[in-house]
Amino acid sequence: MKVAVIIFPGSNCDHDALHVTSKVMGWDVVPVWHESGSLGGADLVLLPGGFSYGDYLRCGAIARFSPIMSAVIKHAQGGGLTLGICNGFQVLLEAGLLPGALLRNTSLEFRCQWTNLQVQTNDCPFTQELQVGEILRIPIAHGDGNYFAPPDTLRQLNEQRRVVFRYCTAEGLITPEANPNGSVENIAGILSEGRNVLGLMPHLERASEAALGSADGKRVFDSLAKSLAEVSW
Amino acid sequence: MLFHCEVNISPRQDILDPQGDAVAKALANLGFAGVGEVKVGKYLILELEAADEAAARSMLDSMCHQLLANPITEDYVAAVRPA
Repeated sequence: MKVAVIIFPGSNCDHDALHVTSKVMGWDVVPVWHESGSLGGADLVLLPGGFSYGDYLRCGAIARFSPIMSAVIKHAQGGGLTLGICNGFQVLLEAGLLPGALLRNTSLEFRCQWTNLQVQTNDCPFTQELQVGEILRIPIAHGDGNYFAPPDTLRQLNEQRRVVFRYCTAEGLITPEANPNGSVENIAGILSEGRNVLGLMPHLERASEAALGSADGKRVFDSLAKSLAEVSW
Repeated sequence: MLFHCEVNISPRQDILDPQGDAVAKALANLGFAGVGEVKVGKYLILELEAADEAAARSMLDSMCHQLLANPITEDYVAAVRPA
């Protein structure tokens, strides 16, 4: 698996993403500065978390126009695996690669805490090794993670089973109490229509080693490894 | 010609605006009675070089659509006048 981790000015979760994909997963990983024109033939493009362009104007609004983004958009629209975590998710939304938008957390608080995510679908490369209904313990750290989509978009996301994770209690109940940011229908992560682009707020790269308190995030990377291994040339 | 432009960006009506709600509550706590809905938005000022006002307005609209406002969550009002 060849991975490109995109770095925008203000990205700060790139090192954790580089660490997990290279040291934990053992993949061939390259950091790609946002001004680069090339993804270097990457199979997986990862947009990490942080505060690209200081979250100026809107989170991800300016990064979405960085030079590297034409290559990222081409990769995603061509069916390439694309993973946006936190600010990365925000960039994917602003770029129109995923539908909807992210608003300020309803509590107006920056929430830095563990969450439980319930897997809603395993019909995609990111969760194919997981069970529907399975719970992953993954931390969040964001002030603008309140996912919003107009009713028609929401209906389409549900009908096409493109909601991948919802915030839930430890027992797997989807409740307002388990929702850390006010996201509609407790949505934590969604897929593109082609199911090759995943955007989610929780930090998978902070929960991929047991020493950090949870290795549940690694299960998504393991699914990706399996899905790539299955591609026959 | 140089034009002075102002853009007022506000959260769309049908969207929850927690910032606006927080400000409304804070005003109520300060003792201001009768405060209704509060919305918190953004105000941008731009200086634009364009052939004429119509061209400036058109450019500004494009800027709003492409970057300055997110049509899913925001409305905008743009004004142009000669600088």
